[in-house]
Amino acid sequence: MRPFVYEQPTDISAAVAIASSFTSRDDQPTRANAQFIAGGTNLADYMKLGVAEPARLLDLNRLKDPSLRQIRVTDDGIRFGALVRMGEAADHRDVKQRYPVIADSLRLAASGQIRNMASLAGNVLQRTRCEYFRETSWHCNKRAPGSGCAAMEGFNRQHAVLGTSDACIATYHGDFAQALIALDAVIHAEGSRGTRKIPFAMLHRQPGETPHMETDLAADEIISAIEVPAMPWARRSLYLKIRDRESYAFALASAAVALDLDGETVREARIALGGVATVPWRARAAEQSLQGKRLDDASAGAAADAAFAQAQPRKHNAFKIELGKRTLVRALLETRNMKV
Amino acid sequence: MDAAAPRPKENQGEPLPRIDARLKVTGQAHYPADLPTANIAYGALATGTIARGKVTKLHLDDAREVPGLLDIVTYGAMDKVDKPKFGNVGATSIAPLHDRTIFHDGQIIALAVAETFEAAEEAAQLIRADYEEETPSASFDSPGTKTIPAAGKSPLFKEDVKAGDFDAAYASAAVKIDARYSTPTQHHNPIELFSTTAYWQGDQLIVHEPSQNVTGWKVELARQLRIDPANVRIVSPFIGGAFGSKGPMTPRTAIVAVAARRLGRPVRCVTSRMQAFGTQTYRAETRHRIRIGAGKDGRITAFAHEGWEVTSRPDAYVVGGTSATGRMYDYGSVLTHVSLVQADRNTPGYMRSPPETPYVYALENAMDEMAVALGMDPVEFRRINEPKKEPIGKKPFSSRSLIQCYDQAAEAFGWAKREAKVGAMRDGDWLVGMGCATAIYPTAVAPCAARVRLTADGDVRVQCGSHEIGTGVRTVAGQMASERLGVGIDRVSVEMGDSALPPAPVSGGSISTASVCSVVLKACDAIRTKLYAAATAESGPLAGSHNEELDLADGKIVAKGGASARVEDILKTMQVGAIEEYAEFAPKGAPPEALKKLYSGMPEFHGGEQDEDAVKYAFGAEFVEVRINRYTKEIRVPRLVGAFAAGRIMNTRTARSQLMGGMIWGIGQALHEATEVDRHYARYVNRDLQDYLVPVNADVKDLQVILVPEVDHAVNPAGVKGLGELGNVGTAAAVASAVYHATGKRIRDLPIRIEQLLV
Repeated sequence: MRPFVYEQPTDISAAVAIASSFTSRDDQPTRANAQFIAGGTNLADYMKLGVAEPARLLDLNRLKDPSLRQIRVTDDGIRFGALVRMGEAADHRDVKQRYPVIADSLRLAASGQIRNMASLAGNVLQRTRCEYFRETSWHCNKRAPGSGCAAMEGFNRQHAVLGTSDACIATYHGDFAQALIALDAVIHAEGSRGTRKIPFAMLHRQPGETPHMETDLAADEIISAIEVPAMPWARRSLYLKIRDRESYAFALASAAVALDLDGETVREARIALGGVATVPWRARAAEQSLQGKRLDDASAGAAADAAFAQAQPRKHNAFKIELGKRTLVRALLETRNMKV
Repeated sequence: MDAAAPRPKENQGEPLPRIDARLKVTGQAHYPADLPTANIAYGALATGTIARGKVTKLHLDDAREVPGLLDIVTYGAMDKVDKPKFGNVGATSIAPLHDRTIFHDGQIIALAVAETFEAAEEAAQLIRADYEEETPSASFDSPGTKTIPAAGKSPLFKEDVKAGDFDAAYASAAVKIDARYSTPTQHHNPIELFSTTAYWQGDQLIVHEPSQNVTGWKVELARQLRIDPANVRIVSPFIGGAFGSKGPMTPRTAIVAVAARRLGRPVRCVTSRMQAFGTQTYRAETRHRIRIGAGKDGRITAFAHEGWEVTSRPDAYVVGGTSATGRMYDYGSVLTHVSLVQADRNTPGYMRSPPETPYVYALENAMDEMAVALGMDPVEFRRINEPKKEPIGKKPFSSRSLIQCYDQAAEAFGWAKREAKVGAMRDGDWLVGMGCATAIYPTAVAPCAARVRLTADGDVRVQCGSHEIGTGVRTVAGQMASERLGVGIDRVSVEMGDSALPPAPVSGGSISTASVCSVVLKACDAIRTKLYAAATAESGPLAGSHNEELDLADGKIVAKGGASARVEDILKTMQVGAIEEYAEFAPKGAPPEALKKLYSGMPEFHGGEQDEDAVKYAFGAEFVEVRINRYTKEIRVPRLVGAFAAGRIMNTRTARSQLMGGMIWGIGQALHEATEVDRHYARYVNRDLQDYLVPVNADVKDLQVILVPEVDHAVNPAGVKGLGELGNVGTAAAVASAVYHATGKRIRDLPIRIEQLLV
């Protein structure tokens, strides 16, 4: 690990100002000289491995603004301060009641210890766990642009089948983000160019030709809050995560589902898929295929087919298409059967 | 008593808590890298990034710029020391800094030494190599591998066992199967990382390193460094998980010792989790072909087991589990053959039940297939084929309680409620399956020495150069002394894990409890003899009593009639403050030079299949229930029951803990563990615990261990059969059988994963 300067700014504007003075407008946040750290459960790991090498770390845990640590429930929805820990949000009564899909996605992620450290904003910005990205001696277009991708012809069981490109097939491994994208969440960000709201679906970038450009954020922008709109029918929602072991493993496939039902007929469906895509993945074609239909094995199956119509398998991950479909079917039926 | 402390049955010792439990849970147990050492410098390894070729140039300039850098040990630095050897004590003959040839991924290319751990790490990361690369062969089926017969390539695997005319018997069998199985690459991943701390005091070298073989390492390290073994001391008081990985010494030890000598300062090198995959040993992937033929009555007439194992180019590491599978049942005829496949990989090594884990997995999965082919209950199929004598040498078993294990485990598991029909059992959306398999492990024992001292105050000290790798051997050695000398366990201290102590064999092959307890028993009995002689002397308080009428209890010598004498008073009459006995134990039938070899660090194992009088094994039967979601096919194991018979159980608590840990490992072997090898680069891909999965607490629900009473005086004086490597044998096959029962899909390649059940 390289030596670095460590600072603890106490308000966001100061943190932004420091970041601005050490980064330029075109810097990718993940490659900038100055980077923000909150829970540190991802960045500190990558610094030790030599994957991330910021010269300056700006620790956000001393920021004074109390709203950064609050969960506020209003008629408009729910607002998570950026520094709320995953464990706090997972255990929050209103989150569990009103947005079970959010509580599930958090509860099924990582381990208890990590959930107590990791911040919500840091969680959505976590970087891929691709084995070839994590270890610096492999060719990796995301870590070292233009160097190639060893995963493409390597061991790619964990890799993505949706949103991939010829440059990168690394999976976005997060769970919480699937709930957020399904529920049309909005990100609040503060930077040197002021504050702005970013639809969650616009936050992450598909790899395309430039897999090292991971998000829409500037290097001096800080997420201050995550807002989820009010959605009374989101009480009928869940997150289903399929993995090799019972706990503490990344999804091989997952589905975030929320259903607005009229009897057994779907008024509206929200669907996001995890473990199978390069970014948090909203399955809009699947949602549309269900609209106005009676939700049963057949319509759920058709929605799953629609969700994976564009999937691109590699040697070891082809099973994720079938698994992803079944995961979605099961999630849809289990959501339908929820007693709300 | 709770589940963790089973009530002792016949021939089973008390479930005493571990004598070092409090130290461990309060952080007072010092593992080798924790042992304080003044003025220490830190070393970090730089490792190569190709699997085959040559290092043409090393770039060290950037590393030398790192503030605090003290030294870089690399090519040339080892020229005046001898190369490591592959064998019992040495992990590999690959001498990474003697030779610029690259034999495998992650080979050591340098050791950076600095004032701080961070500086050493940074410098090591900055060391770059230029290579002359060649296309490597990764594993089975890779172009460029070489396949050779294994027999005779290792002293531990002399021949392919066989009996009768397999070809004829198989050809004429009424029911037969012919199937292929495989097991993946696995790494031990003990939670305690690998480390070496070395320092010199004049010409004395002291090494703190987690080791399962301090005496062997002392001798081997001295040979490499060309110094007198008397000047080397290996210290390893606690080991945080070993599983075989800390048995053979790796080349790092001598490199760190040389670094400490160059610097004139202690050097500590802790290997990273990732680097351990290439610098330590591992369980190589195996393949199997099994053919079984039987009559319609279920009696097996023909058994053939062919195995293939990956090894490195220079070293012929072989496990050869056919020697156990070939003796498991009453086969009629047996044919076996083991081959080695040489690839561009680091040398594999011992990993918990090295031969049995892969080979018995294949056999037991095949046995279940055969039971299905015969339309027979798998337990009954095994009962029918229970042998009176082992089929290869026609020797008896010194004891064999396999059927008792099956009966007790089946009863506790509720096997009778299993519906035989495949796919018949369901719980909502979950398919339910039940399966079983046999566990077997050879019972061996080796020469061992120990010193035991009893003081007038009633304190006992046991000293033995064995190793507490988490098995509880320190506790059971103390328990043996406590029982034989009649003092409470709280008065007993046990010193282990230091090559300055009386030598013990490697803590491998599940021999430690048998070997250590046998010698402690001998030393204690020598103390008893002295005490008795004094007590029964003409002027003694128990004059006229015979030794066999005496016992030691509560600090007293007690005669049959009730008369007694305090040990303290006897010592007074002897005019001594303590009695200390140094004992050496050699197994029955050991050659005259057996004890000399103990001191040179190369004692030989006895028992298993090698003895003249009988073959010696511990057995068990394991039953599992699996649940598989009917949509998404994830596999969970909510219930396991294992019954095991292993002679004298010294301590039911530590025995259960070993067997339970083994069965949990078995869940991992069945469903989780695999090191992935990149086929193009012959490099390990998932080199950390993020992607190398082992079971977590949530994967282990209801697990029951039954200790079946068994008495066997033939195995060793303590009557103990090692069980540390018994519990994880069989579990994976039982899971595979249960998966078949639930789904009708026979999975033959481990680990069993969702994708195999989706198709």
